[in-house]
Amino acid sequence: MTMRKLFTLDEIKKSLLVALWFMVLTFPILAVRVNPIYKVVEWRWHNLLMVGIGAFLLSFPWRYFQGHGKPPEKSAAAENQALKNSKILLWRRHPWVRLCAVVLATGLVLSFPFLFSSYQVNIMTTALIYVVLGLGLNIVVGLAGLLDLGYVAFYAVGAYSYALLHLHFGLSFWLCLPIGAGLAALFGILLGFPVLRLRGDYLAIVTLGFGEIIRLVLENWNEFSQGPSGISNIPRPGLPGIEMSLNASSIFLYFLMIALTLFTILVVSRLRDSRIGRAWLALREDEIACQAMGIDKTRTKLTAFALGATWAGMGGVMFAAKTTFINPASFTFLESAIILSIVVLGGMGSMLGVILSAFILILVPEYLRAFSEYRMLIFGAVLVIMMVFRPQGLISNVRHRYRFEGLKTPPEELG
Amino acid sequence: MLRINHIHTFYGNIEALKGISLDIAEGEIITLIGANGAGKSTTLMSICGVVPPRRGEIYFRGTPIHDMATDKIVALGICQVPEGRRIFPILSVMENLEMGSYLRRDPQGIKSDLDYVFDLFPILAQRRHQAGGTLSGGEQQMLAISRALMARPKLLLLDEPSLGLAPLIIQQIFEIIVKINRENRTTIFLVEQNANLALKIAHRGYVMENGIITLSDTAANLLGNEAVKKAYLGI
Repeated sequence: MTMRKLFTLDEIKKSLLVALWFMVLTFPILAVRVNPIYKVVEWRWHNLLMVGIGAFLLSFPWRYFQGHGKPPEKSAAAENQALKNSKILLWRRHPWVRLCAVVLATGLVLSFPFLFSSYQVNIMTTALIYVVLGLGLNIVVGLAGLLDLGYVAFYAVGAYSYALLHLHFGLSFWLCLPIGAGLAALFGILLGFPVLRLRGDYLAIVTLGFGEIIRLVLENWNEFSQGPSGISNIPRPGLPGIEMSLNASSIFLYFLMIALTLFTILVVSRLRDSRIGRAWLALREDEIACQAMGIDKTRTKLTAFALGATWAGMGGVMFAAKTTFINPASFTFLESAIILSIVVLGGMGSMLGVILSAFILILVPEYLRAFSEYRMLIFGAVLVIMMVFRPQGLISNVRHRYRFEGLKTPPEELG
Repeated sequence: MLRINHIHTFYGNIEALKGISLDIAEGEIITLIGANGAGKSTTLMSICGVVPPRRGEIYFRGTPIHDMATDKIVALGICQVPEGRRIFPILSVMENLEMGSYLRRDPQGIKSDLDYVFDLFPILAQRRHQAGGTLSGGEQQMLAISRALMARPKLLLLDEPSLGLAPLIIQQIFEIIVKINRENRTTIFLVEQNANLALKIAHRGYVMENGIITLSDTAANLLGNEAVKKAYLGI
């Protein structure tokens, strides 16, 4: 679309419609304000006018870029070339660039808690928990292609195992971390068995139900979980013999979370490139062909569920340790939806994308608190814009390719 | 080698196989021909345990396999090339072939089998880094057969390898099927609609109609059989 064609009568009509539509959409939030003290309704028409003008003007560049968003069909060779030239991959090819990046990142990560306030450290710890959750769900959804809408159930299992085991038996954080992970994995297998034969929409509904069951049990079984009032006074993790102040322990938790995140990245990337990882990919592609290759469908699916749940369990233990108080309200469907958004937004199966989108999805609403009442509006708009312009996710899953032919240098990773 | 004894297979309440019996001897090419919906593919699915038979027995080299899990059956040396090829579209040609050798643990053997299939289908060697989904129909069929060969099967089940392919490509693929049978002594069970071609390369054949086997004879006799000529050869 050229600039000239952008301002024809037809285009202006389209933009007017867009403006009108946005005014209708935002009417309840932006135009109406109920003042409970004087019991009157304030009409803020000027706000609506601004929205209309803004939407009208912005719709031109929107359509302009949307037209440009669809690149012409590229041949495989050209795509490979583009891949080689892309800036993201630059650091992989120059060892010193790579070294610098690693040193810089390490420095930033290590100095972060000493440069910023404990509020920032807490937010970062939360974001890291979601990185781990995203990477865990990425195994189930991204690699094995099993749409799981009840992932938060395993998160709850992890959190409650630490809370309850500490409450009743006084078990320490360090003991509960593996136990929580193990219990979550067990629940993963429990969920896995009945849904082995399901795919797609049906699987999504059953997992959604499973997530709700866990939450409702926790909410209503007072003797077991103390119901909606939750469990408080969960201790933060510590080291034996060292007393830590509140500030110190939140920094300690931050480093703990960094360690867990690195461990997750390491394990998940090894898993992805392993035999079982290949089997997951193949299972996502074609179940019947998979069986013809002699892959045990049952075992492959169950390991995907169990391994995915393991990380949710660990994330749950960390969450309980961080907030020191948990109740079932923390484990609603909304949480599952956010974790799933992290995976989809990042690009299914792409680890770097999932990490990046976890930071965006958790940090953006946090830093938008300044805009208080509009922050969820902006958040929603960001999601919509993302899906329009990059439906494949932030960083689409470039598969590893190894080349042997015509290369003087040793086989090089292209993805 | 494979003995099927009166198997009945159901999809829900629908009886797709109504008591099928057949025998496959070591080193043979056996073909099963029949019209659409006769139950040919179901027979293969039953052998592989994807849709296990409700009644009847299947023996592979004396081992009962009718209530075994699919992956155990494949591990015994029965490998299927499913109907419609069903290669893994986003995996590269090389990775597709590696999936074929999923159950094997002998790197040397896998390497030599890889050379063997690249020798059979040189085009696959050229395209080894290309995603499977970007291959043409004929190349995908070659890949599907190669993928199955990578499991070094003792019995190779082929489900309509001619489906949707140009006559010249079909000719080429059938020649390779004969070659595989001769060179490796791989027993081949070929399910086909293209009865003429299938009977020309097979040693023996079975004719299937509505879930039962109506005829079984040597391939040459079937080619000469009036009823078969009329129904399947269009002569």
